[in-house]
Amino acid sequence: MGYEYIGITVLWFFLYGYLIVASVDFGAGFYAYYAKVTKKDHIMNQLISRYLSPVWEVTNVFFVFFFVGIVGFFPDSAYYYGQALLIPGSIAIVLLAIRGSFYAFENYGSKDNHLYMFLYGATGLLIPASLSTTLTISEGGFIEESANGVRLLYGELFTSPYSWSVVVLAIVSVLYISSMFLTYYASKANDQPALEQVRKYALFWSSPTIIASLTTFIALSQHNPEHYQKAIDLWWVFGLSVAFFIIAVLLIYVKRFYGWAFVAVMLQFFFAFFGYGASHLPYILQPYITLTSGATNETMGITLIIAFIGGLCLLIPSLYLLMRLFLFDADYVKGNK
Amino acid sequence: MFFDDPVLMSRLLTSLTLVFHIIFATVGVGIPVMISIAELIGIKKKDQHLQLLARRWTRGMTVTIAVGVVTGTAIGLQLSLLWPNFMQIAGNVIALPLFMEVFAFFFEAIFLGIYLYTWDRFKKPIYHWLLSIPIILGSTMSAFFITTVNGFMNTPQGFELDGDTVSAISPLAAMFNPATPTKVFHVVSSAYLTSAAILATISAVMILKKKGSAYHKKALKLTVTATFIFALLTAVAGDLSAKFLAEYQPEKLAAGEWHFETEEGADLVLFGYLDENNEPQAALKLPGALSFLAHGDFNAEVEGLNETPVDEQPPLWIHYMFDLMVSIGFYLLGISALFLLFWKVKKWNEENRWLLWGIAVSGPLAMLAIEFGWIFAEEGRQPWILRGFMTVSEAATTSDHVGLMFILFIGLYTILGSGCITVLRKMFKNHPAEAEFENRYPDEAAALKEGDQ
Repeated sequence: MGYEYIGITVLWFFLYGYLIVASVDFGAGFYAYYAKVTKKDHIMNQLISRYLSPVWEVTNVFFVFFFVGIVGFFPDSAYYYGQALLIPGSIAIVLLAIRGSFYAFENYGSKDNHLYMFLYGATGLLIPASLSTTLTISEGGFIEESANGVRLLYGELFTSPYSWSVVVLAIVSVLYISSMFLTYYASKANDQPALEQVRKYALFWSSPTIIASLTTFIALSQHNPEHYQKAIDLWWVFGLSVAFFIIAVLLIYVKRFYGWAFVAVMLQFFFAFFGYGASHLPYILQPYITLTSGATNETMGITLIIAFIGGLCLLIPSLYLLMRLFLFDADYVKGNK
Repeated sequence: MFFDDPVLMSRLLTSLTLVFHIIFATVGVGIPVMISIAELIGIKKKDQHLQLLARRWTRGMTVTIAVGVVTGTAIGLQLSLLWPNFMQIAGNVIALPLFMEVFAFFFEAIFLGIYLYTWDRFKKPIYHWLLSIPIILGSTMSAFFITTVNGFMNTPQGFELDGDTVSAISPLAAMFNPATPTKVFHVVSSAYLTSAAILATISAVMILKKKGSAYHKKALKLTVTATFIFALLTAVAGDLSAKFLAEYQPEKLAAGEWHFETEEGADLVLFGYLDENNEPQAALKLPGALSFLAHGDFNAEVEGLNETPVDEQPPLWIHYMFDLMVSIGFYLLGISALFLLFWKVKKWNEENRWLLWGIAVSGPLAMLAIEFGWIFAEEGRQPWILRGFMTVSEAATTSDHVGLMFILFIGLYTILGSGCITVLRKMFKNHPAEAEFENRYPDEAAALKEGDQ
């Protein structure tokens, strides 16, 4: 296996990590605001803020890690994506900036500011929508290269059923993953009223999630038959994903093993995400960048992998400590610390 | 119209983001050090005032760190969005420090979260203090890594470029380029200095407003002492940086000093203006001082700007940036030394109003010096983005709408800046330190009151 395969696999892991932690974070922000509007905030907000406060910055780093890594391993992606994504990228930056800073303003500064809560909740849904544009354009057909440089074809993007189905999928998945996590967290905190509430959300968002996944598949078959065919060849991966989806929803439905239910959700997205990624290869950006043509030189590729291993030796124990102190410390979760 | 010129607008937008980000990045590197010092002395001396100081600084820092994180994310993405050609080439060589910077940042983020939420969770307070060490390591290491990238842009090495093809890459040589040691030293020491000066400003203002209690007096002594030490370090770093420039980037030093002819025993020109013949007027000239600054010898030869081809010369207005930065640096050193002198000589009152005013302006001045210094460093390598390899205009995006994005980001930074100020004011104005002290340590507060009577 070449270093470029290791590179893309590592990056894909980080993007998957971001997908999970950011979904929990984005969805929680939305639910916190929704609870405030529907006057249920006394039930849920304590729970949400206890989880989110120590980890919001870590979530952001997963994202930074991915985009720094992809430019490092595949410098050509800086050229193509950089030129094409000026407007959507800038909008995503603005949304992320507003969300991150207003979270801190609200949490450490002026509690219960309605405007801050609104910005926090609304951006939680808009960010996944804007970031998913990147995955959409990687399928090809939305970018045009000429002597004047690279252009994003907005007309194509906004009229494509595929791009809209990706946006819908991104939003409903965020709400689904987040409510599944909060259900687990509420059961751990032994917080019955909150548990009742988020369990309902989890069950509610499960059907749109699976429907949107299927719609995206169908739209992909129209937009990029070649990619669709490769995905069909990997049918068993997507089959596993659906199986874990069923397990997760059943466990929540019978109100047992909430922790395992969330593990099943993680596996559901793991298989779907890696199946998607594997069938996308060899293209990073169709048809301009492939895994081998776009990869950085070998020296840098190997150095990055060494740096990566070194970094993980530092990160994994620290992340473990963070989780021990906040996520899996029963007293903390229950609000006694 | 210039608004439609992607090169100019990319430069303006990058400057805008960096000028804004540097404020938060600087305090993000320096304030953890001050917090750690205050907490450690507080624990060792069993001084609750200093421990409260650490707590309150930490609370304020969370807000500035949040803005630093989001603007840092912005500049990270803007590098590719605005300078795609540069990143395509340079990405091959400098991906390593960029990558490691994210690791350092990751490390800091994790421990910051833990530090913030474990103040009272450990039986021994020293365990909590230990958590501040990885935060300092993380923030200072990320300053180190990102500064090596900037160093690389000033003195690129560790690769060969043939058209668009990069070869013979050595990531470590690129990272440890000649600019790295002096740049890192200067960036880190000046970030510590600026943070100490800003915290000193807060204490001085509180005492000037007659709200000065034991808490603020202790804070003032701690922060001004730190200012003095870090100002000394920064002066050394600045001197080494000038010697580096003389050797590796003579055109930057020459433009900054309006030194046109190569000559021995070159004068140091302070302020003034240039007449139509490019002769400095109304300037203060220190004979031979430039030679001394550049080579440590009053008679040494210093290369003049005329040796550099006209189209590769930096703009001459950077002279003012250089002079302002250096003047502020000496002001900070002087005012903090004066305070220490007044404090040590028993008869003199270190809380003299004039002295307090002098300290009160030092924080904002230090931050201005950071901005001036960076403007000098960045404009001083114009027209290059990669000195000797790629000019700024070859590197910029060709996308339309950069102008529109510029307006969008002015809006964003206005919102972030005013939000940050509002929240910080609210946090501290409505919760004075004295009240918090009585609340948190009722016994000690009562004992102190007894002592006063």
